[in-house]
Amino acid sequence: MSAFSAIGENAERDRNEYTPGLEPQPTWCPGCGDFGVLKALKGAAAELGLSPEEMLVCTGIGCSGKLNSYFESYGFHTIHGRSLPVARAAKLANPGLTVVAAGGDGDGYGIGGNHFTHTARENHDMTYIVFNNEIFGLTKGQTSPTSPKGHKSKTQPHGSAKDPIRPLSLSLTAGASYIARTAAVNPNQAKDIIVEAIEHDGFSHVDFLTQCPTWNKDAKQYVPYIDINDSEDYEFDNTDRSEASEMMHETENVLHEGTVLTGRYYVDEDRPSYQQEKQRIGEIPEEPLAERYFDDDYEWERVYDTFLDKHK
Amino acid sequence: MTDDELIWRIAGGSGDGIASTSQNFAKALMRAGLHVFTHRHYPSRIRGGHTYTEVRVSSEPVKSRGDGYNFLLALGDSFARNPQENAYYGNEEVKPLSENLDELDEGGVIVYDSGLLDTDDIPNFDERVEENGWHVYDIDLRTMAREHGREVMRNTAGVAVTCAIAGIEPDVIKSLMEDSMPEKVFEPNMSVFDDAYETVLEEFDADAPDVSVPEGEHEEEQVLISGSDAIAYGALDEGCRFIAGYPMTPWTEVFTIMSQNLPEVGGISEQVEDEIAAAALAVGASHAGVKAMSGSSGGGFALMSEPLGLAEMTETPVVLVEAMRAGPSTGMPTKPEQADLEHVLYTSQGDSHRVVFAPSGAEEAYKQTRRAFQIAYEYQIPSIVLYDQKNGGEMRNVPASVFDEEPNPDLGSVISEAELADAPHDPSGKYNRFQHDVEDGVSPRSLPGQEGGRYLATGNEHMPAGHIAEDPDNRVNQVNRRMQKMEAIRADLDGDEETNTHYGPEEAEYGIMTFGSQQGTAEEAVDRLNDDGHSVKMLGVSELAPYPVEEVTEFIRSVDEVLVVEMNASAQFRGLTQKELGRFGEKLSSLLKYNGNPFEPAEIVDGFVTSIVEDGSLPGHETKFVPAASD
Repeated sequence: MSAFSAIGENAERDRNEYTPGLEPQPTWCPGCGDFGVLKALKGAAAELGLSPEEMLVCTGIGCSGKLNSYFESYGFHTIHGRSLPVARAAKLANPGLTVVAAGGDGDGYGIGGNHFTHTARENHDMTYIVFNNEIFGLTKGQTSPTSPKGHKSKTQPHGSAKDPIRPLSLSLTAGASYIARTAAVNPNQAKDIIVEAIEHDGFSHVDFLTQCPTWNKDAKQYVPYIDINDSEDYEFDNTDRSEASEMMHETENVLHEGTVLTGRYYVDEDRPSYQQEKQRIGEIPEEPLAERYFDDDYEWERVYDTFLDKHK
Repeated sequence: MTDDELIWRIAGGSGDGIASTSQNFAKALMRAGLHVFTHRHYPSRIRGGHTYTEVRVSSEPVKSRGDGYNFLLALGDSFARNPQENAYYGNEEVKPLSENLDELDEGGVIVYDSGLLDTDDIPNFDERVEENGWHVYDIDLRTMAREHGREVMRNTAGVAVTCAIAGIEPDVIKSLMEDSMPEKVFEPNMSVFDDAYETVLEEFDADAPDVSVPEGEHEEEQVLISGSDAIAYGALDEGCRFIAGYPMTPWTEVFTIMSQNLPEVGGISEQVEDEIAAAALAVGASHAGVKAMSGSSGGGFALMSEPLGLAEMTETPVVLVEAMRAGPSTGMPTKPEQADLEHVLYTSQGDSHRVVFAPSGAEEAYKQTRRAFQIAYEYQIPSIVLYDQKNGGEMRNVPASVFDEEPNPDLGSVISEAELADAPHDPSGKYNRFQHDVEDGVSPRSLPGQEGGRYLATGNEHMPAGHIAEDPDNRVNQVNRRMQKMEAIRADLDGDEETNTHYGPEEAEYGIMTFGSQQGTAEEAVDRLNDDGHSVKMLGVSELAPYPVEEVTEFIRSVDEVLVVEMNASAQFRGLTQKELGRFGEKLSSLLKYNGNPFEPAEIVDGFVTSIVEDGSLPGHETKFVPAASD
């Protein structure tokens, strides 16, 4: 018997199974977009029939970091910007786990930008949800990497001189094989996208627009969203890299002017995940590494038997 | 010059095959029944630049590089030569000769490649040769090698000359070359070997110098192992199947050995974007139920401070190795120092704790790396194997039986699914993974994917089920429990056979204390001091945290004065000892070295005699004496 019997335990699930039994109650502000992520993730997990115990949700620091406090599964609340390296190693160690990482725009695109780039590049089989509210929330309202140029805050009193990061384009360039943008006010689309992202075999990046009613009242995040996959005005092939890139540019150019496009921007089903590539070249075992430690029949090799010949 | 040991130095340019040639030489002599020890000196560049390796050979066990040396093979730096006309880019043309003369013993041998080196470029060469009674053999090894095939074979020619002069049976070397070379290369190497060997016997007086290789015999089979090999093999035997790292000298050696071997044993190696990621990956893999490690050298380890604290707070077992090199900042990349001790002990915020081992040599490195995993996984705490460029790179013979040990896939304090059914759970349904009152402070962990084991791991202070909390009572309970582990670990380590090293006569007047890579050198110094009529013993501490307070107290109490020998400028180990013991400032003085080279035994002997016995001051600035607080 597997030591991890929760894995692959498919059943009909109710979204409430992912709500912690007693505490804690979310400490997000009333009207916060983060509730939208939580709701979408619960809906997606239920739809996929995932056992809470086969899921590992890794978060960073900030309001987004509390996601796994309010979502019932295994959780690892790591440190600022570091959810991705922890998450991808857990997935390598036990590929049976459904691994979801989450962070904010500061956490994911700022302090964790290096990890983001490399995790996308390697195309690890996992889902990354970035709560993008264009502000540092938990530290009380500083300019973030996605805040628009000219954004004024206590730490940028003259207005930011920096262009905002373009998360979708960055992700495409870095190598993510599933890239989508959704928004807290678009619950059905958000759930569908997270379902697809989790099912996708490779690195799925979901830029999740989450309004911050407390610190970012100016953000144009309450405007209606246009779903690019449904709208006839935006016909493009999201499996075509250059068309996807063009669409990303379009939305990232106009985002702060009030035109918000959401949907699946890029889907590459052909690119092998990092796990598959590593397996192909013989650098990752066929069966889950973590199972070995519980397998009484597995033969553990000794250094003495295998390596010492060359030292004699 | 004595018959009982040869200290052979092969010098040339980086990238000229000095390391591999010396390694084969050492291994051949080990196979012939001798004890060997190698010492590497190399610059921080890829090709060219002065480099040498010493091979000390003796019929008795050797513990250090020794003092000076008695046989120089100067090969020439092929990269300091003019690759194209007017494109000369180095000034190391004569360095393989000029840089090495100061340490050559009286009556020693110089073999140099006259095809590449010109003694006319070295000031007062002939006078120095005469003064020191050196025996000089100028042989055009380069031309000889070219005649037999390739110029790079001048290394083989040089080894053959060594054999002819030092009386080493050629078969000793040849049989090893046969094992280590492809046939195509082996044949021309054999012919250049024979040519060089015969040339010496025919054209020179090979018997002139009084230098020879002793005879010896091992009672059991030996292997030639570096400290880096020993750490990697210890990790593999202890069931480590995941490593993440970023290259940095000298840690790269362990990372490389692991990366080359892990896929063969069904493990995973990840070279990642930076050291923060590397340590975080190790934490992630360990969290998911795999024995994992990471590591770096000083500057890279600085980046690991964050994930190190996360591992402690989330009680995720992880082993980090830290290969010290001279600092601060990037310091001297290829030179050893023991100045990261405080960095490793105290880095990371808050009341954070970790276990620190500092093995002295290859055998201890193997055993303590295994111990580091056992402690980390049993007590759910980060442990660190602290070593340096010296013990990472030096090779020595170790009985093969040391490695004849069973692998250990035990994950330590992990709860099974069956046990989870009866384990305490939070009213919310989560497993109480961080229970307050548990034996030794260790609360068993569940692994993601286990039925009934859901919990939240977090770097924030947390309740038993893992939820973030600032409740004062819970805070105190959790801190106390985490700290309690250190006492339990100390008790566990005290019950070990593998522990700190006591050396020398039990009843001695004086003590020497040291840690890590300097221990073997100190042992040799202690032998010499006692032979000279002094009364000295040594304590080599290789368990630095939790500190062996009782053992060290007893040692210091038993002697009048203690000289603490360490390779840094700020007496960090002495400082740690005083901090942990809270006293003995009046009994501890320091002998320090921080010029980029490890201690030689004679420096400890001289330092001890001059500073402690004669109360005088040290000559020169190779080493530094810092007196006890009362002096």
